[in-house]
Amino acid sequence: MSVPLTAIPRPQWREKLTYLTWQIRRSPLTMAGLLITLMVVMCMIFAPWLASHDPNTLNLAERLAPPSAEHWFGTDEVGRDLFSRVLYGSQQSVGVGLFVAFASCFIGGLLGCFSGVIGGRFDALTMRLMDIMLSVPSLVLIMALAAALGASLFNAMLAITLVRIPSYVRLARGQALGIRQMGYVKAAETFGAQRWHMVHWHVARNAMPPLLVQLSLDIGSAILMASALGFIGLGAQQPTAEWGAMVATGRNYILDNWWYSTFPGLAILITATGFNLLGDGVRDLLDPRQQGK
Amino acid sequence: MNSALIYPVKQSGPEILKLADVRVRFPVSNDWLGRPRGYAHALNGIDLQVRAGETLGIVGESGCGKSTLAQLLMGLLKPSSGELSWANGSKGEGSSNVQIVFQDPQSSLNPRLPIWRIITEPLYARGMRSREQMRSIAAKVAAQVGIRPEYLDRFAHQFSGGQRQRIAIARALSSDPDIIVLDEPTSALDISVQAQILNLLAELQQARNLTYILISHNVSVVRHMADRVAVMYLGQIVELGNAAQVLDQPRHPYTRLLFEAVPRLGVPLLAEQVAAPTELPGNRKLPEGCFFLERCSASREGCKQPQVMRGGEHQRVRCHVMG
Amino acid sequence: MTHSQPVLAIDNLSLEFPAYKSSVKALNGVSLHVNPGEIVGVVGESGSGKSVTAMLSMRLLPERSYRITSGSLSMLNRDMLSAPEKDLLKIRGRDAAMIFQEPMTALNPTRRIGRQMLDVIIHHQKISAAAAHAKAVALLRDMHIASPEQVLESYPFELSGGMRQRVMIALAFSCEPQLLIADEPTTALDVTVQRQVLLLLREKARQKGTAILLITHDMALVSQFCDRVYVMYTGAVVEQGLTADVMSHPQHPYTRGLLSGLPEMVEPGQPLLTIPGQVPNLARLPTGCTFAERCVHAMPVCGERPVLTAINRDEQRKTACWLPQQELSQ
Repeated sequence: MSVPLTAIPRPQWREKLTYLTWQIRRSPLTMAGLLITLMVVMCMIFAPWLASHDPNTLNLAERLAPPSAEHWFGTDEVGRDLFSRVLYGSQQSVGVGLFVAFASCFIGGLLGCFSGVIGGRFDALTMRLMDIMLSVPSLVLIMALAAALGASLFNAMLAITLVRIPSYVRLARGQALGIRQMGYVKAAETFGAQRWHMVHWHVARNAMPPLLVQLSLDIGSAILMASALGFIGLGAQQPTAEWGAMVATGRNYILDNWWYSTFPGLAILITATGFNLLGDGVRDLLDPRQQGK
Repeated sequence: MNSALIYPVKQSGPEILKLADVRVRFPVSNDWLGRPRGYAHALNGIDLQVRAGETLGIVGESGCGKSTLAQLLMGLLKPSSGELSWANGSKGEGSSNVQIVFQDPQSSLNPRLPIWRIITEPLYARGMRSREQMRSIAAKVAAQVGIRPEYLDRFAHQFSGGQRQRIAIARALSSDPDIIVLDEPTSALDISVQAQILNLLAELQQARNLTYILISHNVSVVRHMADRVAVMYLGQIVELGNAAQVLDQPRHPYTRLLFEAVPRLGVPLLAEQVAAPTELPGNRKLPEGCFFLERCSASREGCKQPQVMRGGEHQRVRCHVMG
Repeated sequence: MTHSQPVLAIDNLSLEFPAYKSSVKALNGVSLHVNPGEIVGVVGESGSGKSVTAMLSMRLLPERSYRITSGSLSMLNRDMLSAPEKDLLKIRGRDAAMIFQEPMTALNPTRRIGRQMLDVIIHHQKISAAAAHAKAVALLRDMHIASPEQVLESYPFELSGGMRQRVMIALAFSCEPQLLIADEPTTALDVTVQRQVLLLLREKARQKGTAILLITHDMALVSQFCDRVYVMYTGAVVEQGLTADVMSHPQHPYTRGLLSGLPEMVEPGQPLLTIPGQVPNLARLPTGCTFAERCVHAMPVCGERPVLTAINRDEQRKTACWLPQQELSQ
């Protein structure tokens, strides 16, 4: 009975990697994005080893010193080395950005999938709730939440996560509605699969690609939001180094001490750009291949 | 009305499924309060018995209700009226296990699961969780359909259409069913692959003593596989009987029209009255008498009455003229 | 049927789709032609290249996705492979038309039928909207559609599949083309509707002298409908000839395999005769005869690719196989 069948050979891991690097190399912008992102993540992880000074050590004798061989980025108004503070600050800003992006994607995606699968009143309620959240300008909502909950890093993260959930919910729900029509979901229904089974094994997995693309594009703006909160004083509190806060404090000294706001500001700019470029690249990578199949 | 019995009838087993005057309708166009303004009458009085070990073919065109019938058999729908009874009690523990193979091998397999998970999904849905056990069942069943066990971790898109359909068949077999509903199992496949799949289905039926309910619009496939055939039109069975009898000597005017339209090798396409209406009447408002009246060339007095099935054991027709 | 210039002439055409580190050889030396007024069928399974041939004939493949490695394709004496876009715009719809399998995707679901038909008619024939409307009504009536005005007012989703396909055929014939390419036009239709549509197609084609190139996988359909047939496998023609000849005395092992695998060829309940193995990967075609690995008659000489040669010196009846005809004929 069994005819020896040969399935289409699966490319080995090495081949897949080569293919991936070939695709990335075709787009210099994506390469740039990837490099920047890697650099930033390195800074985040290896800050303790890369920093030249302790970021919180006061040294009033050297306050507001310009960039030099000893203090690459200069010092702030209480003599703390700015280079080290920028490095440690990456943990705050980028860390918050990454956490927020992943958390909102996960929660929003799951909620959206369930909403699409369950339908009916649950779906209607959820979508109306999301509409309400989307109708308020996001920064205003974040500020209101953070101010109400109290200024701290954790509350800032919570606020930003909540505000970013609706777009994922809508995206995931749209996907879920389409996937529900697919043959394998109907097949699962015939086996008596429960809703959780459907969402877990069928809907969520197949809804992922657009969610991942959205995620990669979102990280950049999540970082900007975290820095913005820091700027207005609602994020991590002093003495913790945080880019937004540093830019804010630096405003007072910017006329004579250009380095104070500039370097953290540049860090925000470069990091956000890097993640955005990477996000664009991820989108391009995932899209045409999906169509090509 | 005696159907001349030309072909021998296959010995078949006891009755395992019975449909008695089953009707299914769907509410359509609800008004603002949510009350339906009309109904789509998908099934209009189906009387059917399925015997163990046989292959029952269901033939019809789009709109005849065969997909609704498939959903009904799988338990996805409940009849609006009438009764659906299984020999071993209602579908639950220890009952007849019904599985289904769908038409489109592309969309009926989850592209993000390895095929061993796809094959054992019916078991997983019933609570089996042991990975080892599931993998070994998957390997066994995959071997029976001709998929080598080393491919179990691959994904659906790495297989060809015919292989995917084999995987779908393996999935239907994994929970050791008694009945398999085949919903156009080869319509989306190439002809050479169709032959392989049909042979596979026949072997499996022999080996496992399965009952098949084969839904298809492809008359030659039905002729090849089915022991009995039911022809559906607008939610009713218009002809039912021994496959050879019905396919070679169709009685009902619709059955005749249908079989005549099937292209056959070497039979030329003869021009005829092209203006004869070919569209099915809608199922919102059912015709009073015979459903086929407006397309029928043999109509006469008495066709305005609702028609019933007439005939003997081997061929029954829903027509007072031909029955 | 006058055998003057063929309406479509494809000569030894080879085409590939470049992919990562390899290329998919979709067409490997295809030669076929369609004479004015005749109905020609192209039969094959997935991977045979039949749809690619059809799409290429109208230059409908995305421009940079393929590479022609040899051969030529000319329609009505014009080289289609190098024709500039403005010439193509004139040919498509007016001199040659195409209808597809899924009429739902060929018609814009958000616009009414009348609007879409008028667009096409006015584009090719510079006539007023009123005249175009009258023409559309006449075309639909020609298709034996009972209430053409109503159809023109409807949206595509309000019509059945058969009706939509008839609208597509009406559109295709609106400019009296010389060639109509039909890619699986009835696969998605019910069999009774399929019969109507085919009869209509044939009637119109004979009336207007349009040639039809019918692409399908259904052998029985070809035997009913086409004057001549080409059988394709992995991007090349393996057999060609008058339909009656090919169907009753197939010479190529693949054609024989296809025909003998049909359910009507064996007694009900008996196993069907199958062709062993499966279609080779188009990116990794074997050298020599591509069917050899599945062929029961394979011989050492099959390591060399056979060319389409005439059988019995009949130039119209050819097969690409090394087996001398005497051994195969029964």
